[in-house]
Amino acid sequence: MASTVAAHTVDLVKTYGKGDARVSALAGVSVDINAGEFTAIMGPSGSGKSTLMHCMAALDKPDSGQVVIGETDLSTLDDKRLTLMRRTEIGFVFQAFNLVPTLTAEENILLPLSIAGKKPDPAWYATVIEAVGLADRLGHRPNEMSGGQQQRVACARALVSRPAIVFADEPTGNLDSTSGAEVLGFLRRSVDEFNQTVVMVTHDPTAASYTDRVLFLADGVVVDELREPTSESVLAKMSSIQRSIGS
Amino acid sequence: MRRVTWRNLFAHKLRLLLSAFAIVLGIAFLSGSLVFTDTLGRSFDQLAYGTVTDVTVRPATEAGDAVSMNINRDARSIPAEYVEKVANLPQVKQAQGAISGTGVFVVKKNNRLLGGTGAPTIGLNAGVGEPIPNAAGEQMVNWLKGTEPTKEGEIALDQRSADNAGYAVGETVKLAMPGDPPIVKAKLVGTFEFASGGLAGATLVVFDDKSAQKYFYGGEDVFSTIAVQGRAGVSQEELASAVAKVIPPGTEAVTGEKLGAESKDLFDQLLGFMNTFLLVFAGIALVVGTFLIVNTFSILVAQRSRELALLRALGASRKQVSRSVLTEAFVIGLIGSTLGLALGFGLAMALKAIFSNFGLDLSGTALVFEPRTIAAGYLVGVLVTMVAAWIPARRAARVPPVAAMRDDVAMPESSLRWRLVLAMLLGLVGAAAMAAGLWLDVPKPIIWVGAGIFGVLMAVALGSPVVAIPVLAVFGVIYRALFKAVGQLAAQNARRNPRRTAATASALMIGLALVTTMSILGASINRSIDAGVDREFSADFLVQNATAQPFSPEIATQLAAVNGVEAVAASQFIVLQIDDSDVYASAIEPVEFAKVFKLDFVSGVAPTERRTMAVSESTAEKFDLKVGDVVDLPFVTTTEPTTVTGIFADSQVVGNVVVPMRTVTDAGFQRADTALGVKIAPEAGFKTVQAALENAVADNPTVVVQDKQSFAEAQRAQVNTLLYLIYALLALAIVIAVLGIVNTLALSVIERTREIGLLRAVGLTRPQLRRMVRLESVAIAILGAVLGIGAGLIFGLALQKSFADDGITDLAIPAGSLAIFVLVSAVVGILAAVLPARRAAKLDVLDAIAGE
Repeated sequence: MASTVAAHTVDLVKTYGKGDARVSALAGVSVDINAGEFTAIMGPSGSGKSTLMHCMAALDKPDSGQVVIGETDLSTLDDKRLTLMRRTEIGFVFQAFNLVPTLTAEENILLPLSIAGKKPDPAWYATVIEAVGLADRLGHRPNEMSGGQQQRVACARALVSRPAIVFADEPTGNLDSTSGAEVLGFLRRSVDEFNQTVVMVTHDPTAASYTDRVLFLADGVVVDELREPTSESVLAKMSSIQRSIGS
Repeated sequence: MRRVTWRNLFAHKLRLLLSAFAIVLGIAFLSGSLVFTDTLGRSFDQLAYGTVTDVTVRPATEAGDAVSMNINRDARSIPAEYVEKVANLPQVKQAQGAISGTGVFVVKKNNRLLGGTGAPTIGLNAGVGEPIPNAAGEQMVNWLKGTEPTKEGEIALDQRSADNAGYAVGETVKLAMPGDPPIVKAKLVGTFEFASGGLAGATLVVFDDKSAQKYFYGGEDVFSTIAVQGRAGVSQEELASAVAKVIPPGTEAVTGEKLGAESKDLFDQLLGFMNTFLLVFAGIALVVGTFLIVNTFSILVAQRSRELALLRALGASRKQVSRSVLTEAFVIGLIGSTLGLALGFGLAMALKAIFSNFGLDLSGTALVFEPRTIAAGYLVGVLVTMVAAWIPARRAARVPPVAAMRDDVAMPESSLRWRLVLAMLLGLVGAAAMAAGLWLDVPKPIIWVGAGIFGVLMAVALGSPVVAIPVLAVFGVIYRALFKAVGQLAAQNARRNPRRTAATASALMIGLALVTTMSILGASINRSIDAGVDREFSADFLVQNATAQPFSPEIATQLAAVNGVEAVAASQFIVLQIDDSDVYASAIEPVEFAKVFKLDFVSGVAPTERRTMAVSESTAEKFDLKVGDVVDLPFVTTTEPTTVTGIFADSQVVGNVVVPMRTVTDAGFQRADTALGVKIAPEAGFKTVQAALENAVADNPTVVVQDKQSFAEAQRAQVNTLLYLIYALLALAIVIAVLGIVNTLALSVIERTREIGLLRAVGLTRPQLRRMVRLESVAIAILGAVLGIGAGLIFGLALQKSFADDGITDLAIPAGSLAIFVLVSAVVGILAAVLPARRAAKLDVLDAIAGE
């Protein structure tokens, strides 16, 4: 199962700014994201982890290199096709501001489908709702829900269109530990029970311990990788990376 | 604090420009109107004072109103011998008999009248001897080409009229005359210009003295007035009193000073209407602009609430915060007024050009930029902007400092209930004022009605958030059905802040309410015309001209001789005074008139004798008259006790008073027909007679032959022309409203940047995003249309009811036009969304998500 690749990148390069202010966010990143796995991307600030995720999620364009989601090379797509890609193949959970304030929880969850003019698969929809445990809050607006509930709605939205891959950008960054655990637990279940591929950017070792595999980035390159992580092993690895780039 | 204000101004240049633009348009209209009317005023002042001599001898006037005198055409004259007597006085340097007559028209080479609807054409005599200078000692006329006319068959024209009619010196000019013969052909021997600037588009035709006497006074050796120049050192008053001793009874010697002032008064009266008209539209533009500014500032303050809270947390006082907002408003008002004044100058130039197209030529006068115009522009512009910013500024000051710490800040908003109460109160007061103006006997009812309409409009604007909620809910249902998710998002965006949506829509509402009112009135007038024509057009043909200008009575004689014509009823339009107020009257030949037209007498009979008259029902009611009453009617020289012989149902065919023709001719009015009704013999063919009549007047473009249908059409065309003019002016309000929608949308897009980023991230395409903004815009526009048309329907109905007695008897609601207004509003919405939608679509997804 771990042998199939849901997405991969080849030699991704991305720089910001010019001249002295030039910052190399990605300096040739090649990674494989295995299907049905929960992958974390970690690294110190400025390591390029967010840029990598944005490029993979078709939100940003690399200067050079390839991003392939399933069989599709993103660099060959125009804005319209990229949008369609995001709509059908990719799910998102952001750190904050995940929901449209004028829509109810249910409407937010169904948003990508209704934008595409599609109806949800009722059985799958029921499964997702049941899994996030929000059946009784579907009619509420975002401002009537707690931060954790909002993030769970965002997770449900990311899953409901059965995307090839779900990207989560610091999904627990704004949450207290209990709410964070709920969200991470849900993402874990979606991998275990629905065989969903999930990629999460985080700097929190506890969050990383929920995943199957952790990729460590520093200075725009993948410097290390950890399987079956625990908070302790992640923390240890992080400190060693910190030391090595610090020296 | 001041630095923060300036930073804000520069950080939001686009918003600044958009909101300033509303002020720019309002002030442009205000200052443009002022500049134009000042220019008009000066032009007429030049005409009034530049054309009077030291002293003028003229027939003394009984009926004081100069306007009605102008229409009624004084037929009195001064015998030529008195010119000699005046000239022989020791104080007099020179005296000349002068003739001026109206009803003359220059016929252009294409057989159309020159001028016609605009400024008048005046026939003058050349005078004998040296030309008399005006009271300032200047020559009144500069000869440009050729010479003065000296004998019959020669004329001179002012240069501009000669150019416009296409005649060069030496060519033969065709003239339509008010007397006998109706058409005169003469050689153009000279052209001249007026020394005191332009003629305001008037056409001057100069004849030699003998011909002028022939055309205007049947060949008698008489003059209309005597122009007198005093010797050096003799004051106007001394001269006038000397002259007064030798002139015949019934005439008076008037100083140039007095005559100039009289003319000026007359012109001011005529121009006053235009001033008011233009200023009303400037007012509308400003009111609509105020809405736009209130809205813009409300949104800006809402968006900056966190920043304002931060300032408060850092120790800025409430006063400082609100002063900061007001300073911004002051600067915007200042910039807007400056641009508005500049644009207003351009607008005045455009108005000048437009009016010269209509025959009011002001090319002789430069635009007049009074200091008062500049002061008014700045005062109104800055004041309106600051008042508009006052409410948002107060709200800004109420942002609690703790809000700086919160993630999303809700602005403190006054409750809708208060607004509703206020709206209802204002609505009631407005409705009461309207009702008072319409049905009660208050002075200046039009002001009451106008204030009432304004009050109700403000009430609708205030209450609009409440009305907006159900209307927008309907949009939600329709949009969701038609446009699925995008439609739903758009509808919900529009509902998100009903206050803002409603305020934006209110600007459009005002424009559309007025347009709807006017279109209902117009349609009702047209239907009333049709109904009236159906009821009363008992003649087979009506012969008249479009502008109610008098024409030669000879035409009636000519037409009576046409084969198949049974009767020709001539009528002359005059103005009489009952109890010092003007009433429109028709002078008729009773016997002929009865053969062609049937007046529906409610009581009594038609007048036939001298000193008798019939009045319409509404006039009888207004002046409390009944059959047998005697009214003193002031005429030119005398006041005639006149008996009411009958009261007739109000009619479109005649004025409100009917008098026998001889009553007026005997009283010193000059005879000239304004309309002829023609009845054909039963056996005659309609088409044949029509062709024969048209043939008979083919040579004379002063009149046209109309049957029932073309008469109604001509009447409707007049109403429609006025309507189109009003629509064109109201379009200004619509333009400002569109700017308001653009502004609100642009600000909303900025406000919702993160949300837009999110939507794009989860798969909303750019076209879908643009459609979303467009649909929101259309929802706002149609909300405005619905509110406006609703209010307009009420105003239209009320006005029609109130004018029912004045001839708007039938109500017509132009459903087609109203539907078009809604459609146009939708288009307006689509257009207003173009820029904001493009801006939204351009947002970079990543930047948008990252937010601030």
